[in-house]
Amino acid sequence: MNSAITTENLTKQFGDFTAVDRISFEVAKGEIFGFLGANGAGKTTAMRMLCGLLSPTSGKGTVAGFDIYKQSDNIKRNIGYMSQKFSLYEDLSVAENMRLFGGIYGMNSKAIASKTDESLRELELTNDRNTRVKSLPSGIKQKVSFAVSIFHTPEIVFLDEPTGGVDPIARRKFWEMIYHAAEKGITVFVTTHYMDEAEYCNRVSIMVDGKIDALDSPEKLKNTFMASSMDEVFQSLARKAKNS
Amino acid sequence: MATSISINNISKKYDDTPALNSISFDINQGELFGLIGPDGAGKTSLFRILTTLLLADGGQASVAGLDVVKQYREIRNIVGYMPGKFSLYQDLSVQENLDFFANVFHTSMEENYDLIRDIYVQIEPFKNRRAGKLSGGMKQKLALCCALIHRPQVLFLDEPTTGVDPVSRKEFWEMLKRLKKENITILVSTPYMDEATLCDRIALIQSGKILSIATPDEITGKYPQKLFAVRSENNYQLLKQLRNDPQVSSAYIFGEYLHVTFKNDVPVIEAEEISPTVEDCFIQLMEMS
Amino acid sequence: MKRFSSFIKKEFLHIFRDIRTMMMLLAMPVILLILFGFAIRTEIMNTPFAVLDESKSASSRQIIERMSGSRYFDLQKNPDNFNEIEKSFRKGEIKLAVIIPEDFSDDLYRTGTGNIQLSADASDPNEASIVTSYVQQILMRHQQSLMKEDKIPYTIRTEVKMLYNPQLVSAYNFVPGIMGLVLMLICAMVTSISIVREKEQGTMEILLVSPVKPVFIVLSKAIPYLLIAFLDVVLILLISNNILHVPIAGNIFLILFLSTLFILSALSLGMLISSVTKTQQAAMLMSGAGLMLPTILLSGLIFPVENMPVLLQLISNIIPAKWFITAIKDVMIKGLGFFSIWQELSILLGMTFFLLVVSIKQFKNRL
Repeated sequence: MNSAITTENLTKQFGDFTAVDRISFEVAKGEIFGFLGANGAGKTTAMRMLCGLLSPTSGKGTVAGFDIYKQSDNIKRNIGYMSQKFSLYEDLSVAENMRLFGGIYGMNSKAIASKTDESLRELELTNDRNTRVKSLPSGIKQKVSFAVSIFHTPEIVFLDEPTGGVDPIARRKFWEMIYHAAEKGITVFVTTHYMDEAEYCNRVSIMVDGKIDALDSPEKLKNTFMASSMDEVFQSLARKAKNS
Repeated sequence: MATSISINNISKKYDDTPALNSISFDINQGELFGLIGPDGAGKTSLFRILTTLLLADGGQASVAGLDVVKQYREIRNIVGYMPGKFSLYQDLSVQENLDFFANVFHTSMEENYDLIRDIYVQIEPFKNRRAGKLSGGMKQKLALCCALIHRPQVLFLDEPTTGVDPVSRKEFWEMLKRLKKENITILVSTPYMDEATLCDRIALIQSGKILSIATPDEITGKYPQKLFAVRSENNYQLLKQLRNDPQVSSAYIFGEYLHVTFKNDVPVIEAEEISPTVEDCFIQLMEMS
Repeated sequence: MKRFSSFIKKEFLHIFRDIRTMMMLLAMPVILLILFGFAIRTEIMNTPFAVLDESKSASSRQIIERMSGSRYFDLQKNPDNFNEIEKSFRKGEIKLAVIIPEDFSDDLYRTGTGNIQLSADASDPNEASIVTSYVQQILMRHQQSLMKEDKIPYTIRTEVKMLYNPQLVSAYNFVPGIMGLVLMLICAMVTSISIVREKEQGTMEILLVSPVKPVFIVLSKAIPYLLIAFLDVVLILLISNNILHVPIAGNIFLILFLSTLFILSALSLGMLISSVTKTQQAAMLMSGAGLMLPTILLSGLIFPVENMPVLLQLISNIIPAKWFITAIKDVMIKGLGFFSIWQELSILLGMTFFLLVVSIKQFKNRL
């Protein structure tokens, strides 16, 4: 199986501070990979390096087969990105947002039109095509936001703290969309500090103070740490970090 | 047991969007009461009505026996409030924030030191740091200290753990448990279902309506069907097949497992039956309404 | 009292810790003042002018020669009548017109006194007054040379007419203008923004749920800005007097009293804005477009108030800055006393009282 993301001793230093400390991991194509850690553990820095927004201090890395040092333009063309903070223009309609992002990624208008229809059908939003995003409920907004981030069928989609605050049914529908995308071959890279989200991922890594302290499937991690939930796994890792 | 907060048919609309739909329930003195629901369910509106910041369109409510409309001045003397967003002065240091809020309430840190000591010692090493430069967990502790500085009778905490890492979240709930011993009534809201079990009683709220009010055990005990957990190599395919099966009543992803209920007439012979979580109940109640 | 002082202390901490606010409050007035101070030109060359010589005498010709020979003036036209002069003024071809009446020469030699009319384009009052003073210097020199020849003390009187700005608003206009601007900025804009910031941050929510009365919160926010605004007034007066050599003609206490009154009215406006807006941006926009813009226009920094369309002049009457700037000009530059400005003063007093009452009434006890 070829890898969607590989890193080898990837490091980022800001002055004396090592934000990301020699992390090495691989993400397989079509995998849902959870990138966990507390606030300030280095998740965002690591993700920015992978997205080609930040140049690493040392180490190697490829995303979608492209080198993160030299080919950041190719990387940007082949990834999608969604964050809780910003993803959609609230004053544009659902279809307008799709057209905009399709255009940004250089899709032609025919492709945009057919993809818009397909996306709206999958979202069950055909009737809300011209509804402004701001008048949608937050659960739906989140789904639209995800649909827009994979609109150009990227190889990898980065989800930065995507969920939070939506009702339990909407949350599951969101995860079902993620599974659906993964099934179509899109690799999903999720950063989150909500440990229960981690259980939905195929594999997770847990970052503590810039290092990856654990990396495995949720089930195996729970076995290793003799924990009943990912939350407990994280608690014991964090406690270890505090004591050292 | 004495009633600390009483809510009767409270309604609130913003323009034409209803935020609270004729809500009624009581909270007892000294209770740790959780208001559990997603964003936009009406949690913050209810908090603001009870803390006298907002006028309800209909209904009555009282806090410590005081009417939230007529006696708002008295209420403001006896409640502590932590809004959803970190709401302290980011450009002031930890100590300056504490001193300022102590003065606001005509008190001093020393006067109620026994109440905040446990929390204060954790932020004391950073007391000269600007509040804006604290980590999420530390900010939360400082905000709680400021809300407690005048020894309130009732404490309102609006989503205190949102955006806070799991370790700090756990510590925060431990602090709340200790506060309960001081006989302070605590109303806390959260979108995290797993925090529900840490409360004495909870109200599940969705779209401005209360779905259920009881102790967490009573709520999970009321789950009407048998719940099963299943998993396969490909949960998503399994989920799609289960959804198409006419004998399946509901199927949802729960992390690594699928939680499934069957229609009454299906005799399940062997499957792992599990106890429902508050989240299962929330989903079931949402589907019913 | 402890509560009050802790509010004030907190407000000063906010100000001192934000470098941008500090710059706006303390550096900006100084920079504005100095910029405008240096922008005032003190030497003007080659002013285009026209002469209507009705006297057509030897002495009138001598005067014209002296002027056109000077590097300060550049003779553009010899029109035949007033209408032509006016046209040239309108076209902007000339800045000055010298009109020598028919009987100038006769009067001069018979009575010892001759009259010359000067008309200057005073839309730039500073320039006009400098230019006419140049003419007067040239005429003075001419008198002296006549004196040498004839040993008779001739006087040439000038009758100066300032066109487009008949009152010849003084060149030092900009000092009261900047005072009005700065005080409006600090008291209305910065104060309203700092109050609204508490709404945005959510700290207002906490303060409202506390026993502190909302009016108290807002008033305690106004006091530090009142002090800083007062400091700025003193700073502006010191700089303009000592560095830019702008004379302070009137009573300094009257100036300070007027300023305080204006500060109070601007603070009330700031509080009013803060109670009707929810975001810092909205507060900035409202105070910027609603208060700063009229103040800049009315301050005479850009063009004289007298030249504004009548409608705008009428509207300007409801803006406190107009009354403040008018009064402060009268006191500071013309040296007038209390009795000449009692009208402006009472209007300002009335406005301040009205705004203060309205803004206090506006405070909401809830969100």
